[in-house]
Amino acid sequence: MTARAHFPGLSALLDLSWSRVFAVFLKELVQMRRDRPTFAIMIMMPIIQLVLFGYAINTDPRHMPAVVEMREDGPLTRAFLSSLTQSSYIDIVAVTQRAEDGEQMIRSGRANFLISIPEGFERRLVRGERPEILIAADASDPVAAGGALSAIERIAQSAFAPDLNGPLSYLAQAPPPYEIVVHRRYNPAGVSSFNIVPALLGVILTMTMVMITSIALTRETERGTMENLLATPVRPLEVMIGKTTPYVVVGAIQVAIVLLLSALLFHIPFTGSFIAFLVAVTLFILANLMLGYLISTAARTQMQAMQMTFFIFLPSILLSGFMFPFKAMPFWAQVIGECLPITHFLRIVREIVLKDAGFGDILGDLWPLTAIMLVLATLALLRFRRTLD
Amino acid sequence: MSAETVIDVRGLTKKFGDRTVVDNFDLQVPRGAIYGFLGPNGSGKTTTIRMVCGLLKPESGEGEVLGLDVRTESLKIKERVGYMTQKFSLYEDLSIRENLEFIARLYGLDRRDERVDAALADLGLAERQTQLAGKLSGGWKQRLALAACMIHEPELLLLDEPTAGVDPKARRDFWDAIRRYSAQGVTTLVSTHYMDEAVQCDAIAYIAYGKKLLDAPTAEIPKMIGLHGWRIAGRPLMKAQEMLEASPGVDLVARFGAEIHACGKDATPLEHAVRAVKAAQPHVEIEPIEAGFEEIFIYLMSGALDNFK
Repeated sequence: MTARAHFPGLSALLDLSWSRVFAVFLKELVQMRRDRPTFAIMIMMPIIQLVLFGYAINTDPRHMPAVVEMREDGPLTRAFLSSLTQSSYIDIVAVTQRAEDGEQMIRSGRANFLISIPEGFERRLVRGERPEILIAADASDPVAAGGALSAIERIAQSAFAPDLNGPLSYLAQAPPPYEIVVHRRYNPAGVSSFNIVPALLGVILTMTMVMITSIALTRETERGTMENLLATPVRPLEVMIGKTTPYVVVGAIQVAIVLLLSALLFHIPFTGSFIAFLVAVTLFILANLMLGYLISTAARTQMQAMQMTFFIFLPSILLSGFMFPFKAMPFWAQVIGECLPITHFLRIVREIVLKDAGFGDILGDLWPLTAIMLVLATLALLRFRRTLD
Repeated sequence: MSAETVIDVRGLTKKFGDRTVVDNFDLQVPRGAIYGFLGPNGSGKTTTIRMVCGLLKPESGEGEVLGLDVRTESLKIKERVGYMTQKFSLYEDLSIRENLEFIARLYGLDRRDERVDAALADLGLAERQTQLAGKLSGGWKQRLALAACMIHEPELLLLDEPTAGVDPKARRDFWDAIRRYSAQGVTTLVSTHYMDEAVQCDAIAYIAYGKKLLDAPTAEIPKMIGLHGWRIAGRPLMKAQEMLEASPGVDLVARFGAEIHACGKDATPLEHAVRAVKAAQPHVEIEPIEAGFEEIFIYLMSGALDNFK
């Protein structure tokens, strides 16, 4: 056997006729149009996911149940509590005088916060002794704890202000006349991530683009049409371009939907360069299509393709910085994360949408995205089986 | 290699795992010939055809198709070969016309609309061209598949059981079409299980267990096998059949409706056996016949291969 039969050279791989690419493209487009349910899912998915998760995933949670351990009942402490309640961050579910009750409630999960106001608080406040308010948070869910904690601190700053007038006005100056001591329990390092909505764009694109192309070739193999396709002079690169291009269009529609909804429903500011965003999102869509296409060169059945897609999908959510802070992950996990297209896209999209970034700011993530795409495309081309072996 | 030999492969061998599916296969097919490819199910016919058109890589062996190397020039071969798969392999969710257009585009054909229109008219599908291919009946699917593999005017047709499950009228039309192409110089290698189709071929290659056992012009095959036959007719026949099957001189007993065909390599013991049946069952009619292809291939498939070799 000559080597060429097994490993066609690069020139053979890059051999390209645009009319054949167009033939495959057109065929895919017609098939996509015929497959109405799948097309509907691809359009509805971004809408549903954005609305569902955009509203449901809340890193600034409100109405968190809290228990107050009140050793002292005075006008200042009462004002503090009513401010907390009014802020809507906290719902005071119980007020107790006994420390054990508060501890018990937070352990059992009936309350997420324990706010403890010590005995003699007002007296010591007036004396300028800076008494402590202890806030114990159940930080087993860091996201839940983080937002509310900072809210409580802010409220506490202002809660006493109206009462610190007249003879007490000397206390109104900074630093506050008391100290808030925060204990994050169960997860002392708890940090929460923000910016869910722009990041959801990355998740939605990863999910639909990878999933839909992961069956691109698998479906042909399963239906037996691969044999006919391989019997024609069509080249691997032509099949790849022809098959993925229709989904670039689908991806663009999804991006438009997400941008529209995030402006209308969530009032996400879009401060950065729109051109830079378009370049990044196009690269990201292509990288995902190549990832899916690579899967479809490996999967023998559509079921296998779906399983492999989920194998990609979970790390894309968990190791990309979407749910958990990237820098807090161990080194090896960061390496995996760096290999995922979504990691780079998330950084880019947050920079552009929320931090006013332009091309220069996102270059550091644009080139890895490009490199990932090219590596995936090359692997997919090399893996494409030109025979039925 | 002669310019007139369209398929010239030597020693093709294909293994799936440690099972040898095609073993040291040779085939020479001259231009314009209709070459029949026969053999029991699983004998390696499909695998051989796939190797010839470059869909499978042979483990060993070499050869040329249309003067092009089967191992290295399969892309060029594909441009000039029409391959019709055993299972319908066009797109069921595309219309008849869209399928033909897709194939025409892949081959980069000029005058595409004209060619597709002509193919549709040939098929008699012009009115139904917007119908989805998946909605066609088996026979129509086969005809569509033939039209699709003919649209680029290939020089060589590889047809893998093209008429399986097709009604007799459609099969007849199908073969008329193949003979028309053959007259135009198109070479055809066609696998089939139908003997009425086998006899229409110019030559037949018979393959079993991956080995080619017979390769000869169709007209010479009965003489080569040298099978003698007798027809035994009448009712009832059950007893006669049992007697024949137990007779040593009878190599093959095949029931054809109300008659039995008894065949054997040696004429004398066969005649003795048949006459013995007549003596025991006086109501049956006996008559010497020429063994047909049906008998010859049942005989070959029934394991009589080794003594033929």
